[in-house]
Amino acid sequence: MSGPSTYVPKSGLEKWLDTRLPIVRFMNDTLVDFPTPKNLNYWYTFGGILAVCLASQIITGIILAMHYVPNVAFAFDSVERIMRDVNYGWLIRYLHSNGASMFFLAVYIHIFRGLYYGSYKAPREVLWGLGVIIFLLMIITAFMGYVLPWGQMSLWGATVITNIVGAVPFIGDPIKTWLLGGFAVDNTTLNRFFSLHYLLPFVIAGVVVLHIWALHVPGNNNPTGVEVQDVKKETLPFHPYYTVKDGFAICVFLLIFAGFVFFGPNTLGHPDNYIPANNQVTPSHIVPEWYLLPFYAILRAITFDILIIDAKFGGVLAMGGAILILFALPWLDSSKIKSMRYRPVARMWWFAFVLNFLMLGICGAMPAEPPWTLISLLCTIFYFAYFLVVLPVLGVIEKPQTPPASIADSILASKHGSAGLSSAAVPAE
Amino acid sequence: MKPTFARQWIVGIAALVSAVALTSGVQAAGEVKHPRPVNGSWEGPFGRFDKAQLQRGFQVYKEVCSACHSLNLVHYRNLGDEHAPFYDPKYPNPNENPVIKAIAANYTVKAVDPDGNEEERPGLPADKFVSPFENRAQAAAANGGAVPPDMSVLVKARHNGGDYIYSLLTGYNQEVPKGVSVPEGKYYNPYMPGGVIAMGPPLMDDQITYADTPANKGVKPTVDQMAHDVVAFLSWASEPHQTERKITGLGVMAFLLVLTGLLYLSYRQVWRNVEH
Repeated sequence: MSGPSTYVPKSGLEKWLDTRLPIVRFMNDTLVDFPTPKNLNYWYTFGGILAVCLASQIITGIILAMHYVPNVAFAFDSVERIMRDVNYGWLIRYLHSNGASMFFLAVYIHIFRGLYYGSYKAPREVLWGLGVIIFLLMIITAFMGYVLPWGQMSLWGATVITNIVGAVPFIGDPIKTWLLGGFAVDNTTLNRFFSLHYLLPFVIAGVVVLHIWALHVPGNNNPTGVEVQDVKKETLPFHPYYTVKDGFAICVFLLIFAGFVFFGPNTLGHPDNYIPANNQVTPSHIVPEWYLLPFYAILRAITFDILIIDAKFGGVLAMGGAILILFALPWLDSSKIKSMRYRPVARMWWFAFVLNFLMLGICGAMPAEPPWTLISLLCTIFYFAYFLVVLPVLGVIEKPQTPPASIADSILASKHGSAGLSSAAVPAE
Repeated sequence: MKPTFARQWIVGIAALVSAVALTSGVQAAGEVKHPRPVNGSWEGPFGRFDKAQLQRGFQVYKEVCSACHSLNLVHYRNLGDEHAPFYDPKYPNPNENPVIKAIAANYTVKAVDPDGNEEERPGLPADKFVSPFENRAQAAAANGGAVPPDMSVLVKARHNGGDYIYSLLTGYNQEVPKGVSVPEGKYYNPYMPGGVIAMGPPLMDDQITYADTPANKGVKPTVDQMAHDVVAFLSWASEPHQTERKITGLGVMAFLLVLTGLLYLSYRQVWRNVEH
């Protein structure tokens, strides 16, 4: 939707700059005049919320890194020193640790919104793919960050997850040793995880820029899934319309965030991570942070050998595949219609997929024993079936409703109820 | 927001909440007995510590627990910080507080004198709490192989930490159920995972004498009272800034609520002529 720029430089400096480095023009076209569909609902505010999350994590993280000591002898105590002796260190640290949870909460809503409204479909495949890359980088960054306080869950979580690499046949073990910098998770591992944990957020920020760029070429999708046809009638400039709406949503989100930080800062964490890491004592249950539980469940769901692939490597393939399959989604979904608002059958499957994902999260928190092993396996099968069977087949066999001819029609119809122009297009919502 | 979509999300979130409740329920229903609530005055967003109770709790730690349990992350000066057991507004810098100086001076600290000789000197407010053992090996050797855990973050390091410690301290002298065998020199405690604990019953009625102050009037050093008091102290020690955190939080929430309201009104104002 990046049409011809509407920016007119006013001051002398702006005119001078505009012929040399048109950065003001760029900011204006991106953040001020950018034409945005009128009909975006609150599920579309999570992009802005996520930008706030990333900024907050980077700022608090940089401050924490000024005081944190990445050494197995001092890491645990240095985190506690931040909490006790650094001015407002408790606030910075709790913002950072709870911020990770808030970041994932927002990104999951953002992703499921994309799944619902078909935001991954042409011409937004690259936008979607960049988003999956960001999600993948977030997982890696969060996992490494959780190791840094060097509590029991840090050490043992890192041990379990890095064992994944060792499961790759033939070359897995040497690669694992190379990645850890030794034969077990220890000081070298902590040092490099710290280094990478500092680096990756900036890589994420870079991919976010690409993500926004790829968003601004085709423009926003919208709840109808119908592309903008008349920019004048169907869109609004991003500022002030969406800055104020996003600002409101961000503030509501911050209320929840602050609720955790100030009144339950350890609710989402595991108490075992306040026990200093000890490689002689294994915790009774090793669980990752809540936001990684669904993928942890998929990892553990494969408990049997498949031909030449042993159970362990099978689990690794399943977990990796669960994320990588998202890249293929734009070509797996065969439906011509984007928004599930007009796909009643697909909508039920989407709903089942969300519940299934939540169930996987529960499985990940449970010990790997019956009946949870079986439930994990069934949920894992459904997870893949949704992408590999349901979406490809449904697009061919379902009878969708007719979407409105345009966003303007849809707005008109919702204003005038079912008596509107395209009454057939509006589902009974 | 279209109603159906919203309804689906609400059902989903409800499912997640019940799932989380289910998860914690299952964890609690293991072999370990669920701890009794300590019902401390400091719990909840509006809960605050009772200063007299914190002082009693410190006394219990000092006279009982500290024989075996270290408090490595706490300095004597911390006792005189704001919201701490011995805070005195006259001494914003706790290192100058005479009560803190006296508490620190009661301890003997190992140090090196200017000539490089090892010496022992009275403690200063800036010193860390002196550890009862030189190292982990000595701690293990003195306690039948079980290292008494450091108490600095103990409340944060256990599920329902305050309830757990309170229940453990008051949970001795119960009948050993069939199927649990208690080895020689160990004790039965249903709140300990596995039911067997190396620590003997640490508290007895009237074991210590509480200071005769107006705030302590009518407070008897029963096992229950001492356990309650020491849990208050350990809750403070595990997070000395928690009162400051909660007070700040109330201000932040109030600010955000007002800002949210204003932003909502601005949103309505900006969008008032837009059909969407």
